[in-house]
Formats: sequence, C-alpha cells, structure tokens
Amino acid sequence: MEPILTINNLTKKFGYLTAVKDLSFTINKGNVYGILGPNGSGKSTTLGIVLNVVNRTSGNFKWFDGSITTHDALKKVGAIIERPNFYPYMTAAENLKLVCKIKGVDVTKIDEKLEIVGLLERKNSKFRTYSLGMKQRLAIASALLNDPEILILDEPTNGLDPQGIHQIRQIIKEIANQGTTILLASHLLDEVEKVCSHVVVLRKGVKLYSGRVDEMISSHGFFELKCNNQKGLLDVIEKDPVFGKVKVEDDLITAFLNQPLSSEDFNKQLFKEGIVLTHLVQRKESLEEQFLQLTDNN
Amino acid sequence: MLRLLQLELQKLLLNKTSKVLIFISFVLPFLVILLSSIKINVFGFFTLELGELGVFNFPIIWHLTTFFASQFKFFFAIVVVSMIGNEYSNKTLKQNLIDGLSKKEFILSKFYTIIFFSLVSTILIGLISLCIGLFYSSYNEFGIIIQEMNFLLGYFVKLVGFFSLCLFLGMLVKRSAFALAFLFVLYIFEWLVFWGAYEAFGSTDSAFKLKNFLPLESMYKLIDQPFQRIAMTKFPDKAELAYDYAVHWHEIVIVLGWTALFIFLSYRLLKKRDL
Repeated sequence: MEPILTINNLTKKFGYLTAVKDLSFTINKGNVYGILGPNGSGKSTTLGIVLNVVNRTSGNFKWFDGSITTHDALKKVGAIIERPNFYPYMTAAENLKLVCKIKGVDVTKIDEKLEIVGLLERKNSKFRTYSLGMKQRLAIASALLNDPEILILDEPTNGLDPQGIHQIRQIIKEIANQGTTILLASHLLDEVEKVCSHVVVLRKGVKLYSGRVDEMISSHGFFELKCNNQKGLLDVIEKDPVFGKVKVEDDLITAFLNQPLSSEDFNKQLFKEGIVLTHLVQRKESLEEQFLQLTDNN
Repeated sequence: MLRLLQLELQKLLLNKTSKVLIFISFVLPFLVILLSSIKINVFGFFTLELGELGVFNFPIIWHLTTFFASQFKFFFAIVVVSMIGNEYSNKTLKQNLIDGLSKKEFILSKFYTIIFFSLVSTILIGLISLCIGLFYSSYNEFGIIIQEMNFLLGYFVKLVGFFSLCLFLGMLVKRSAFALAFLFVLYIFEWLVFWGAYEAFGSTDSAFKLKNFLPLESMYKLIDQPFQRIAMTKFPDKAELAYDYAVHWHEIVIVLGWTALFIFLSYRLLKKRDL
C-alpha cells in the first residue's frame, strides 16, 4: 500500500507537559482513518505538527515518499483545523481565490467546490455574515480546492447544530466514497464509527491502539436476550461454557461470548431446552464501549 | 515573488480600513506638497507663495519634499502593523501555513509588499518633485536637476527600514495597538541611551554619534531637517548655520543593516513559534 503520511517516534513537549509522546503510525492511501481521544489527548497537536504549524520536540514525519518539503506536500493536502479561519472582510469566492493562489490551483475550481458544499448562491457574501455551519462548509470547500490526496478534518462538527452536523457528515461520506483518503480527529465516537475503517486511539499523548476499527478489541460480541422464563434462561446460559460474563438489568439479559456462536444455533439450542425468547440481538461492542474499555484498562 | 506580492495585495486592498490608510498615506503628503506650491492669498493682507522663497529650487526641492513626505509614513506603518495583527487575530496565518505557504514565504510576502509600497511612494514623490521643480525652479539645467537625487534613495531606504521595524514589532507582540506602543517605547529607549551616553562621554556630540546607530535615529538621520538649510540659502554668510545634511553611504548601510536584522528576526520568531 502507498503510504501518505508516516510518523515516527514523534514527541512534543510544552514546557513540562508532554502533549504527544513517542507516537508512530502510518496513513495509507484509500482508507478512512480516525484519531480518537478525549479532549487534551494530543490529537490537535499531532495534526498541528504534520501541518507545519507546531514545532516538534523530537522524532520525525514524512509526507508521501518524503521527497518534497512539508509546505509543498501540504499543497496536495486539504486540512481543516478546529475552527474555520478566513478573512472576515472578504467574500467566500475571494477567500477561496486566495487559497487557490497559495496552493497554485486554477480559480475555475471555486464554483465547482462551492457547489459540493451547497454555498454557490452565497459565494459573493462576506465571510463574516456566514453562520458557523456555513463557515465550516466553506472550510471544507477550501480544503477540497486542490482535489487533495488526503483530507484532514479536526473536529469538523464541533459546535454545530444537528442539521449542520448531518450536512457535514453527508459531505464527508460523499468524499470518502470517491476514494479520497480521510483522516478524521474527533472525540465523538459515533462520528468516527460511522465513517472510519481504521483508528488510532490516543490518551495523554500516548498511542493505545492503531489498526482496524473492527479488530480493536478481540471479543466475540454478546447477546441481548429477553424471555418470559428468565430463570430458566439464566440456568442454561450459566451452565454453558460458551458464555462468560452475564449481566441482568430488569428483564434484559446481556450474555458475553467466550467463543463464536451464531444467533441461529443459539436459538435452536434454546428451543430444544424448551425456552422461547421474546428478544434476541447479537451485537459487537460499539466503538464507544470499546474505547472506554481501552482507555480505562490502561 | 509576484505570487507572494499578489497574495498580500489581495489581503490589503480588499480590506476597507487598510485601503483608506494606504490612500491617506499616499495622497496626503502629495496634497500637502501640491497645496504648498500654490500661491495662497492670506485674507488679502499678503500673498504667501513658498515658491518665491526658493524652496522649490533644484536641488533643494529633493531634500524638502522627501523630508515632508516621510513624516506621513506613520499611516502606512499602521497598515503594516495591522497586516500582521489581523493574521494573528483571524488565525489566518495558521490557515495560510496549512494551505501550503511556508513560513519563509509568509514573511517574504509581507516584505515584498513593504518594498512595493515604498517604491511606489518614492516614484510618486520623485515625479511630483520633478513637476513642481520644473515649474518653480530658477535653475533648470539637467546637471543641477539630478544633483542630490540621492535623497530619493534615502527616502526609499528610510521607508523600507521603518516598515521592516513595524513588521518585526507586529510579529513580536501580535497585536497592532501594542506594536505601535512599542514603537513609542523604542523612541523613548533611544533617548535614554542618548542620555546614558551623554553622562558617560560628557558631550552631546559623541552621544549623538552613538544614537545614530540606533534604529529610529539612524532612519531619521537619513534625511536631516531642511529648515536650517533653507535658512543657509538666505544667509550664506552665517557660518554657524552650516551643518551636514547630505545622505551618506554609511547612514544607508546602517539602516539596511537594521532592515536585514528585523526581517531575519521576524522569520526566526515565526519559525520558533507554535501557532
């Protein structure tokens, strides 16, 4: 696979505080990556370093094959960090024109990208008259101007209303479907879960996990069960070595698996024992549960 | 280079405040010089015509116009300081870097803009002085006209040096108002140095010699005040009025040295800073 960004033993210290500690990971072409971590875990600092705005203390990183300077590499990258930063006195089109000049892109792209984020009708309004959602969408248009090889988004839905969040997610999904590599930093787990195939989990600047989302925790998932004969059901489960931990909340039983078992086989087996279920759901831990488990255990 | 200049010009010329300030800093000095060249009738008592005093004669006119025009540099200094301050307060500096501008290019785009506007101002002042001179001057020989045109060079270097200082102060404190206050602090500091040197050396002459190396004083010294010179032309026999008013090479070198230092320090500051 073709690497886009390689980070090796990156460390950043702000005085006594170590914001990023010995971090290494690689971003490959074509995947959608998430950087997960609570507030202050070093997500934005890491992105700041690779984006040339924060100086590293030690370690190194390289864009693509490492043959071009960082600021030239950034011309092939689209990035949005924290808040949309534009010149308030310029219109959307003028702001994008400036970005085109910096990136060395043709200005004909402006209308095309404004269309994607649905701001074409407002292209001649001054940036300061925009709502936060519109500003964020303009930032995405700006990041897309150079048809980037990778799109970096740092908390893209922060501070937006539900409609705005939905719009931004929709746009991200469309971009991901076109095969653009995406790196999404967020503390909103369902956001990452919905769009990312790979994650890097950080806590206090230390990497806890990096790899595929579905391999984050080696578990076989669990069943959620309801039954009118709850006691009978519990007897069966507790006798069966396939099941590990069992939780009971009111009439809902949650049984964790020690080894793979399909819901079909389990249902047949219960039926033979004379137990009829009223509710059967097989699930894997959500990213949130996995994440909390990861950050708690370490 | 053109790309960097275009970038900065777009940032400046689309901003209403800086547009107005640039306009003032260019138009006001010319207006003042033009007005002063017109015959003014003061309520019928007497007519005031500066041209008659011989101040618009070549080559003294180069000295006079560059001296007066350089007093208006403060308006453009506000533009310089705010073009840094705005980049910080809008966080567009960060965005520019992320979009692929290098820190060096960022400083260079500001510096090229400074050179551009200083050059435009120098050319304009040169043209207007030439026109007024040709109109009023008693001597119109080519040899006399081009005499002391090095005041234009002095004017250009003075503007570039002063705006580079403003650029550096802007980078240092990130806020336009504080940067301008810093300029005032520097002015006081130079007088404190002067006072200290006076105490140490015991003479104003040697104290001034030291002060001539400091940034603001060295820029001021490039074009000395012309009043004494005008008086000299009126009373050529008074020897105590004589003073050295020429633009010297060592003065230019000192200011260019400061300019290089300020631009380099601005770059170093930006390079070391986490945004």
